[in-house]
Amino acid sequence: MSLTLDDVKKIAYLARLNLSTEESTAYATQLSNILEFAAQMDKVDTATVEPLAHPLDLSQRLRPDQVTETNQREKFQAIAPKVKAGLYLVPKVIEDA
Amino acid sequence: MEWETVIGLEVHAQLKTKSKIFSGAATQFGADPNTQACAIDLGFPGVLPVLNSEVVHMAIKFGLGIHAEIAEKSVFARKNYFYPDLPKGYQISQYELPVVGKGHLDMQLEDGSTKRIRITRAHLEEDAGKSLHEDFQGLSGIDLNRAGTPLLEIVSEPDMRSAKEAVAYLKALHTLVRYLDICDGNMQEGSFRCDANVSVRQKGQEKYGTRTELKNINSFRFVERAINYEIERQIALLESGGAITQETRLYDSAKNETRAMRSKEEANDYRYFPDPDLLPLVITADMVNAVRQHLPELPQQKRDRFVQEYGLSIYDATILVSDSTMAHYYETTTKTADGHAKLAANWIISELLGALNKANLDIETSPISATQLGTLVKRIADNTISGKIAKTVFEALWKQEGEVDHIIERHGLKQVTDNSAIEKLVDEIIAAHPQHVADYRTGKEKLFGFFVGQVMKASGGKLNPQQLNEVLKKKLS
Repeated sequence: MSLTLDDVKKIAYLARLNLSTEESTAYATQLSNILEFAAQMDKVDTATVEPLAHPLDLSQRLRPDQVTETNQREKFQAIAPKVKAGLYLVPKVIEDA
Repeated sequence: MEWETVIGLEVHAQLKTKSKIFSGAATQFGADPNTQACAIDLGFPGVLPVLNSEVVHMAIKFGLGIHAEIAEKSVFARKNYFYPDLPKGYQISQYELPVVGKGHLDMQLEDGSTKRIRITRAHLEEDAGKSLHEDFQGLSGIDLNRAGTPLLEIVSEPDMRSAKEAVAYLKALHTLVRYLDICDGNMQEGSFRCDANVSVRQKGQEKYGTRTELKNINSFRFVERAINYEIERQIALLESGGAITQETRLYDSAKNETRAMRSKEEANDYRYFPDPDLLPLVITADMVNAVRQHLPELPQQKRDRFVQEYGLSIYDATILVSDSTMAHYYETTTKTADGHAKLAANWIISELLGALNKANLDIETSPISATQLGTLVKRIADNTISGKIAKTVFEALWKQEGEVDHIIERHGLKQVTDNSAIEKLVDEIIAAHPQHVADYRTGKEKLFGFFVGQVMKASGGKLNPQQLNEVLKKKLS
């Protein structure tokens, strides 16, 4: 299985990565190699194996519904680039017509 | 050309937990921005989500409420997209293996008939934060208090055929989640949100038309309006030779129209995969049974019981069970009124609900308590007061003037049942209107009403109508 340059560009866009054409070409080869390596597993007969959602054969631990966190806004916002009135400020994103 | 509408709804119900789905941060509405967003909600490196047990109980409750299969094993997945109110870059949701499978919900239509809507699935997920676009000089403000709040997304089959049916289904679902006490149902605060998938097709055609998804509809009224607008738009477009584009549209309630969002195609590539931070959720038969044992009486069961036990019409029973608080109010009223169930229903439906509606209140904030209204109904039933006077007492109760018997006493509203007192009043009226009496006796029987009115007025409305009729008939003959 190999990725085309367009595949890589699409993946990069979805991940919001700005790649040059040289980088994209290099990644196309590297990512294709990784996929080919993993594709070896396709040869294994898994007809009798149950699908696995997690490598650990355990189930999710549950916690009681209790509030255990306190307000630490000051600490979190100390490392934010820009804040105002308790809000994190980011470049304008508006998805509206 | 005759068109048929096809509607499916996706409802996000915010689960009523104290803490978030994967963290111990509080979920209270209206807190100061970002004071309820912890490291897990903010997507800090190295944090691990741990599932809230109450969220699982609530999902099971809902599954039982719609007669669905509860998955023995369900899996959390990452839904990847970029948006500033989603700090991790993915939303934890469920994709291939949801916690609740196929179920159904019966809804009451306006003509009294029942229609069954199939529910495809319901899955657990976390909510995103909120973006505020005003007032920040070209920047957006992000409040992550809502990030990580538990949601149950309930997806229906495309079984609804009109905007009215969509509203009826939504109301039935709203009633159910409130009965189950898993969601407060507050649409203004966004704890019960609805997206509608709408398409039209020519009548008789089997294949569905291309659908659009309507977002941003936050009241029952808007759901109906938005869908009706969209149906008309699609039909007009198709009839003029155009084609429907599959897209997401926003409803603008101020302009009553829907318009396309500017989303790019790529935005819909969510690249779901199982979240390695979370193990599969295993729900045992014991867990399901434990929840089942504490399941409250559901709206439909309650409605059927009201019809049987209290002899109400299906119509009245449906109104009374539409809200669990109201159903409880009704039962308390009836009990206080010594079982005068129909009279109690009438007073709640026609008087109390009307007054509450007018004052913009609901049953929870009613100024008249169930025991007060029950006492009022009891006093009508035992002939202490007439139905007409009862309205005066009702108004006094509304103004918080005290208890029923006290109000009756203080205002001298007791019904006069003493025959001699009634006869005395009747004699006075007869003496005052000799001409009317003569006319009546020569055949103008319509005048009987005039006498009833006059005597009632003279008594201040305090006479028992049947008794008055009897006395009048005797005296006038």
